[in-house]
Amino acid sequence: MKILVSVKRVIDYNVKVRVKADHSAVDLTNVKMSMNPFCEIAVEEAIRLKEKGIATEVVAVSIGSKACQETLRTALALGADRAIQVEAEDGLDSLSVAKLIAKVAQDEAADLVIMGKQAIDSDNNQTGQMVAALLDYPQATFASEVLIENGEAQVTREIDGGLQTLAITLPAVVTTDLRLNEPRFASLPNIMKAKKKPLDVKTPADLGVEVGSNVSLVSVTPPPQRAGGIKVGSVTELVDKLKNEAKVVS
Amino acid sequence: MSVLIIAEHDNKSLKPATLNTVTAATQIDADVHVLVVGFECQTVVEQAAQVSGVTKVLVADNAAYEHQLAENVSKLVVDVAAGYGHILAPATTTGKNTLPRVAALLNVAQLSDVIKVESADTFVRPIYAGNAIATVKTTDAVKVLTIRTTGFDAAASTGGSAERQVLSQVITSDRSRFVKEQLAESDRPELTAASVIISGGRGMGNGDNFKLLEGVADKLGAAIGASRAAVDAGFVPNDLQVGQTGKTVAPDLYIAVGISGAIQHLAGMKDSKVIVAINKDEDAPIFQVADYGLVADLFDAVPELEKSL
Repeated sequence: MKILVSVKRVIDYNVKVRVKADHSAVDLTNVKMSMNPFCEIAVEEAIRLKEKGIATEVVAVSIGSKACQETLRTALALGADRAIQVEAEDGLDSLSVAKLIAKVAQDEAADLVIMGKQAIDSDNNQTGQMVAALLDYPQATFASEVLIENGEAQVTREIDGGLQTLAITLPAVVTTDLRLNEPRFASLPNIMKAKKKPLDVKTPADLGVEVGSNVSLVSVTPPPQRAGGIKVGSVTELVDKLKNEAKVVS
Repeated sequence: MSVLIIAEHDNKSLKPATLNTVTAATQIDADVHVLVVGFECQTVVEQAAQVSGVTKVLVADNAAYEHQLAENVSKLVVDVAAGYGHILAPATTTGKNTLPRVAALLNVAQLSDVIKVESADTFVRPIYAGNAIATVKTTDAVKVLTIRTTGFDAAASTGGSAERQVLSQVITSDRSRFVKEQLAESDRPELTAASVIISGGRGMGNGDNFKLLEGVADKLGAAIGASRAAVDAGFVPNDLQVGQTGKTVAPDLYIAVGISGAIQHLAGMKDSKVIVAINKDEDAPIFQVADYGLVADLFDAVPELEKSL
C-alpha cells in the first residue's frame, strides 16, 4: 500500500504573529517557519503504518516555493521514502492546492492520502476534503485513530459531540486531528540520510493543473485587543465584581 | 440571489448553530432557504420552518442520509445548488466536513469561519488563530461559506412560516460506512451555546479534579470546557476542547481555571464578554485577557467560589 502525505511550511506555532503596518498581510520576514503541526501528525501516522508493515512506501508532497523543500527534507528525515515539491507561489488557495495534490495522488496511485486537518496559518480546514471530492474518494476527517484492514480504513473521528467511527474503502483521504499520535523527532543520522533521499520538483503545468483563485485579500488587520482587566484579591471580591460590576451572575 | 443553508441537526432537533447561520444569511439576501438532510427528521423540518427569516425548507429524508456523511450529502447539495448565490453551513465539525466537498465539486473556493458579512461578496474571517483578521472578496459565481457561530446572534427560533419542498433524489454513499458513535451525554448546556462556561486546564492535575468545576457549573447553569493541554493529557474527552482547533465559544461569562492561556486556547474564547482567570501563576498569559484575575490555588478558590454563589 502506498501512502501520500502532504506537508505545509507555515509560521512556527510558537511565533507571535504580527500584521504588516500597511495591513496587506501577516509579516513573515525573518520569522521562523516549520512544518504545520497537523502535517507532522500526518507524517507520523504514515510512517507508523509503514513500520507496522501495512504501507510499503510513503511519499511526501508539498506545494510552494523552493523553501518548502526544507519541510520535505524534514518529512524525509522523519521516515518518508521520497518527496515531491510542486513549485508554486506560496499562499496558493486551497482549491488549487487540492487540485495539485489530487493529481499527484492519482499519478502515484496512492491508496491512502493523509493530510493535516488544517494549517495553522490560513486555518481553513478544507484542503483534504477538497482532494477527496475531486477524486471522488471517501474521506475521514479529524482522525484520532486509524486502523487499516481488508482494503478499508476504520477511522475514529473527533466530532463536536464526541467520537464517530467510519469505515471507508481505499483509496481514501484521511485528515489528522491532535490526538492521532505524538510525532517523533528526527534523529541526526536520519537528517543526514534524508539529504540523499529523492526529491522531485514538478510544476503545475507538468501536472496539467491550472491554478488560480477568484478570491482576493482586501486587508489583514490585527484583532481588536482586549483591554487588560484587574486582579481581585479574594473569591469574595470576585463574586462581588461578577454580581455588581459585570452583572453576569445574579 | 437566494442563500442556501445546510441545517445542523441530529435528526431529532435543529441545533442552535443553524440559527446563527440564518442571521449571517439574512445579511446577504432576504431569501433564505434551509436544507435539512437526514433520516426521520420531520421534527427538524418543523423547527427549521419556524425560524424567523427562513423562507423555504428543503427536505431530503432518507435512510441514506441518516449519518449525514460528507460523500453523499455534498453531492445532494451540488444537485440543488443551481439558483443559489451563496451556500452556507455553520463551522461545526459537520459543516467543516461536508462543505469543502461542495465547494470543490462546484469548482469554487470556500471561505471558512466567516465572522462578519461586509457585503454579498466581501467577508471577514480570522486567520493565524485569530491573531490576524482577513477581509476577503470573492467573485466566484457561487460563494461557499462556513459561518463561525460566535460572530452572529441567533435568529429567533419562532415567528417564521417557511414553505416546504421535498427532495426526492436519493444519493447513496457506497464507500463510506457509519460504524458507531460515542457521544458525550450531559444535562449541561452545549459548549457552543452556553451563556456561562467554566474550563479547566493542565492545572487541574487529573480528570477526577474536573468534578470541582461541576459544582460551580451546576450553580451557574454553565457548560464545562477544557484547554488542549487538559485534553491531550487525557483528563477529559476531546469534545470539551476550546481553542484554535477545538470549539470557538463566546459566552457572557468564561471562567478559566488552571489554564495558562496559550495562544491556541485564547483563539477559542477571547470573544467572551467577561473572562475570569483563576491561576496560581501570576505571570500566566491568561491574566492579560482576563477582566478579573484571581491569583490563587484553584483547589482552594474553586470550592470557595461554589460556596459563595
